[in-house]
Amino acid sequence: MSEIIASIGFLQQGPFSIPRWEAVFSNIDVLWAGALVTLLVASLGLAMALALGTVIGVMSASHWKLPRALARAYVEFYQNTPLLIQVFMLFNAIPLVFPGLFIPVIVIGIFGVGMYHGAYIAEVVRAGIQSIGRGQLEAALSQGFTYVTAMRYIIIPQAMRIVLPPLTNQAVNLIKNTSVIAIIAGGDLMYAGDSFAGRYGHYGPTYVIVGLGYFLMCFPLAVLTRRLEERTRAA
Amino acid sequence: MEAFMNSPVMEMLTDPVLYIGLGYGLLLTLQIAGLSIALSFVFGTIIGSMRYTGLPVISHVATIYIEVIRNLPTLLLILVSYFVLGLPAMWAATIGLTIYTSAIIAEVIRGGLNSVPTGQWEAARSQGFSFLQSMRYIVLPPAVVKMIPPIVSQFVTVIKDSSFAMAIGAYELMFKGTILAAKYWRPAQIITIYLVISLVYFIINFAISTVARRLQTKMSVGRGGIGD
Repeated sequence: MSEIIASIGFLQQGPFSIPRWEAVFSNIDVLWAGALVTLLVASLGLAMALALGTVIGVMSASHWKLPRALARAYVEFYQNTPLLIQVFMLFNAIPLVFPGLFIPVIVIGIFGVGMYHGAYIAEVVRAGIQSIGRGQLEAALSQGFTYVTAMRYIIIPQAMRIVLPPLTNQAVNLIKNTSVIAIIAGGDLMYAGDSFAGRYGHYGPTYVIVGLGYFLMCFPLAVLTRRLEERTRAA
Repeated sequence: MEAFMNSPVMEMLTDPVLYIGLGYGLLLTLQIAGLSIALSFVFGTIIGSMRYTGLPVISHVATIYIEVIRNLPTLLLILVSYFVLGLPAMWAATIGLTIYTSAIIAEVIRGGLNSVPTGQWEAARSQGFSFLQSMRYIVLPPAVVKMIPPIVSQFVTVIKDSSFAMAIGAYELMFKGTILAAKYWRPAQIITIYLVISLVYFIINFAISTVARRLQTKMSVGRGGIGD
């Protein structure tokens, strides 16, 4: 058996050789730590994006001009400029505007993806609200529902059906985009993998494992997105 | 007024070096994004059609490609192209973006084709249309209407994500700006440079998003009920 393995060239040398795999697996702790940072940034970033997105989405669906204009400006700016610049702005601008204030890179990552995906979620929320006809609210109110109970029992259950699939899709994009903080040494999965690979040159196996990590985080959500889409279509 | 004109920010903004640097960066950004979009369109169409056929091996290969690539960060694909495939920085960025965007466009193509009910196919074939004729006259017209807006808005994503190329040292707009930010080191200057770059990306992407939105409204109105 060992002779057979020894005779296969790419297992002995090259970017995917066995010694490289062994080196990566004996240092797998580094990647675990990075994956935890990615999960932390992704979950707090998602919470922030949902909160911001709901507020801005409601603003851009409202009938008042000023909140609507502010919400439009926010959405257009964040959707049309790269996340990387926004993260760099936070990274460079905050210490310059507030000298002496130290902000951990992880916090910059959370704000970066939170504000960026907040703009996308705002659009999802706006579309969800606008998809429910005004007549529904009026009908509910005329039947004695209060505004809150009408929202709770009539509008929100219908809007959720429309809003949920694109929301889970945004969660997938958000997880993938947390990798941007690797460029500012964020300590996330991508950074852990890249710096480990760079130190010893084990790029092949490291990237395969890093890719597997992101895939395992994103794929279940992608499957959930499709299930929800099918349910929405069936309804 | 004079104090403002002599300020470090004005000094920088009147320095041609800034614009020459950012200009070259923008050229590389447009080159990477343009090539990626063109290549992704070709590969995306092939992969999307492969999945649409439903043929055993062919559609499975396409499905696995799409499902794996869609769930990986673009940055990882760019790093793999650079460090594992060993491509030069500009090509690594282009290929990394192409690998990702092809999967997205493939899904758009398949979704568009699937949106045409099979009854239309059957009706066309039963009326004596050949496979190509049914495609050309019956299936593609409504399907393409569905595909164009999401493909155009994907252009915006490609242009934004081309900034990831700075991670492998390609001198595109974002990296050029960061290098210039080190040359003009004063806080106000650094912030101004990033604002200028944001503005450049914004102008290009806003124009494309506006076109995508127009297409969406125009096509759904013109087709009466086909658009979402």
